[in-house]
Amino acid sequence: MSNLIASTAPKARQLTHEEIHDIEHEKTHYPYAQAVGLEALKIVQKYQGWVSDESLLAVAEYLKLPPDELEGVATFFNMIFRRPVGKHVILLCDSVACWMLGCDNLKAHISSKLGIDYGQTTADNQFTLIPVPCLGDCDKAPTMMVGDKTYRNLTPARIDAILAECKAHG
Amino acid sequence: MTLTNKPLTKNIEIGRAPFNFAQYQAAGGYQSVARALTYKPRDLMKLVQDSGLGGRGGAGFNTGLKWSFIPEPDGGPRYLVVNADEMEPGTFKDRLLMEHDPHLLIEGMITASIALQATMAYIFLRGEYKEAEHALLQAIKEAYAAGVLGKNIQGSTFSLDMALHTSAGRYICGEETALINALEGKRANPRFKPPFPQVSGLWGRPTLVNNVETICNIPGIVTNGVEWFKGLGINGQFGTRISGVSGRVKKPGCWEMPVGTTFRTLFEDYAGGMQDGYQLKAFLPGGGSTDFLMPEHLDLPMIPGDVAKAGSRLGTSLIMVLDDKTCPVGCIHNLIKFFAHESCGWCTPCRDGLPWSEHMLVKLENGEGSLKDIEILKEMCGYMAPGNTFCALAPGAAEPLQSGLKYFHDEFVEHVNHGCKYKQH
Ligand SMILES: Cc1cc2nc3c(=O)[nH]c(=O)nc-3n(C[C@H](O)[C@H](O)[C@H](O)COP(=O)(O)O)c2cc1C
Ligand code: SF4
Ligand code: FES
Repeated sequence: MSNLIASTAPKARQLTHEEIHDIEHEKTHYPYAQAVGLEALKIVQKYQGWVSDESLLAVAEYLKLPPDELEGVATFFNMIFRRPVGKHVILLCDSVACWMLGCDNLKAHISSKLGIDYGQTTADNQFTLIPVPCLGDCDKAPTMMVGDKTYRNLTPARIDAILAECKAHG
Repeated sequence: MTLTNKPLTKNIEIGRAPFNFAQYQAAGGYQSVARALTYKPRDLMKLVQDSGLGGRGGAGFNTGLKWSFIPEPDGGPRYLVVNADEMEPGTFKDRLLMEHDPHLLIEGMITASIALQATMAYIFLRGEYKEAEHALLQAIKEAYAAGVLGKNIQGSTFSLDMALHTSAGRYICGEETALINALEGKRANPRFKPPFPQVSGLWGRPTLVNNVETICNIPGIVTNGVEWFKGLGINGQFGTRISGVSGRVKKPGCWEMPVGTTFRTLFEDYAGGMQDGYQLKAFLPGGGSTDFLMPEHLDLPMIPGDVAKAGSRLGTSLIMVLDDKTCPVGCIHNLIKFFAHESCGWCTPCRDGLPWSEHMLVKLENGEGSLKDIEILKEMCGYMAPGNTFCALAPGAAEPLQSGLKYFHDEFVEHVNHGCKYKQH
């Protein structure tokens, strides 16, 4: 039966040397491979931008973990992206201190400027906009992260400058 | 030499790179490690207990007492885990400590590990804290190179390894048993207690979970002694802690101050009071999961017992002010939306009660609510009360809601009739 229908189910891809190197480094910190699961997904995401089915299966295979358990972990953590994202991920803080200082206006500003809502990516694949809970910088609200960088005391004008800089520096 | 009265922040200078190992040591750092190695572990735990240090993660339980429940070593692994997940809305103190003086945390972890006879120490760090990640990785590397981490520390029989785990979101990871599951690589649902982590934690082994700021207190206590630590507090309290203010105050920020300082001193002297044109309407005393307090509570000292008597919790002691031009219903809606989103989904009052509460708050804001909805919101708070759920997330979520319904009842009713009259949001 099995050869009557060509399977379209995703298959594990090959992990890269860098990915394997980083995962091996993480393994030295823990007594069990399962503990490395999340870090390994983050490593894959660092290099690939997101975690595809093929990547998830590759990590599961490499660490000898049941793929559905690893998927359960991947979907639990909101900073693991199971869909492709843009080159720059904008994490806009929408928690209470930033809300009091006008983050809803900033959200509207970014949305109209980039033409995307929360969870969407621009057509040129440059930006994805995602809300994030309190970034722990409430005394400098409103705040956001773009990539690994945190930006504080935001205004619409500052956001324009930050986005322009992201685009200019690719 | 006079001893510092700012043991947590004495090395912190915003704008300059944190001290490296040599600079930190030259400033008096790492003395507690050598000193701790001369103690019997149980005596060291007793010393910390006698200092009166309470956990800075929110619950305020005596740290030395919490440690003392760990069983005697049996030759197997034992763990210290530092909770650096800091996701409580309105909380921004652990970030400061880790980014600006990472060696203080590492010294504290080593000294705490000597007391606990831990074999491995993990830092469970919030994934978004990239600056802290870099500072801590560098400091851990330096500590290994200097021989305060690794095998036979300072020529003793004590060995300790340390690693940084970076997380990937979800507030529930800060709950200590959920954190242990996350560190094991599982979904971060909380665990049933007992057994408590001290007896059966990470991989079923004895484990202590402590907040960043709690552990940052350990070097000072062990180096300078209990009497010195006690002398730092006021109003019958011991030590210092980081408190701060966010919202529309003149100088938002956080500062190290004597434990026992009043909310008024923090709000007026440190934060400069409200910005011009705004008045203080209410405040959350210690993060999003604490009950509102009112301006008449400002003279309370920031002491867990005193704040409890006023009907709230000190929590993380970073206060968030609600001004007179911001809608209290909208503010509560923002908080409930956060908790609804962050519920781990394990138990019904939390998983279903929070989204339902959020739904009703939206209705009220849109002027589509009824008086019955206000009654249902009150009922929801009852379902989420302590004891009805598997962990403290839901009771915490209910706190701003139940106190908001009490203090801002008239405004809730006004929303039924007219929707939200605050226009700026
Ligand atoms: C939902 C939830 C989130 C929590 N988040 C944190 C956190 O981010 N950091 C923290 O130190 N404690 C947090 N706690 C408290 C921890 O469970 C635990 O009490 C604390 O880490 C113990 O440290 P301490 O004794 O040093 O205060 C949280 C608790 C709950 C219920
Ligand atoms: S109270 Fe909420 S967060 Fe805690 S276990 Fe229940 S569903 Fe999960
Ligand atoms: S609420 Fe935005 S940084 Fe804390």
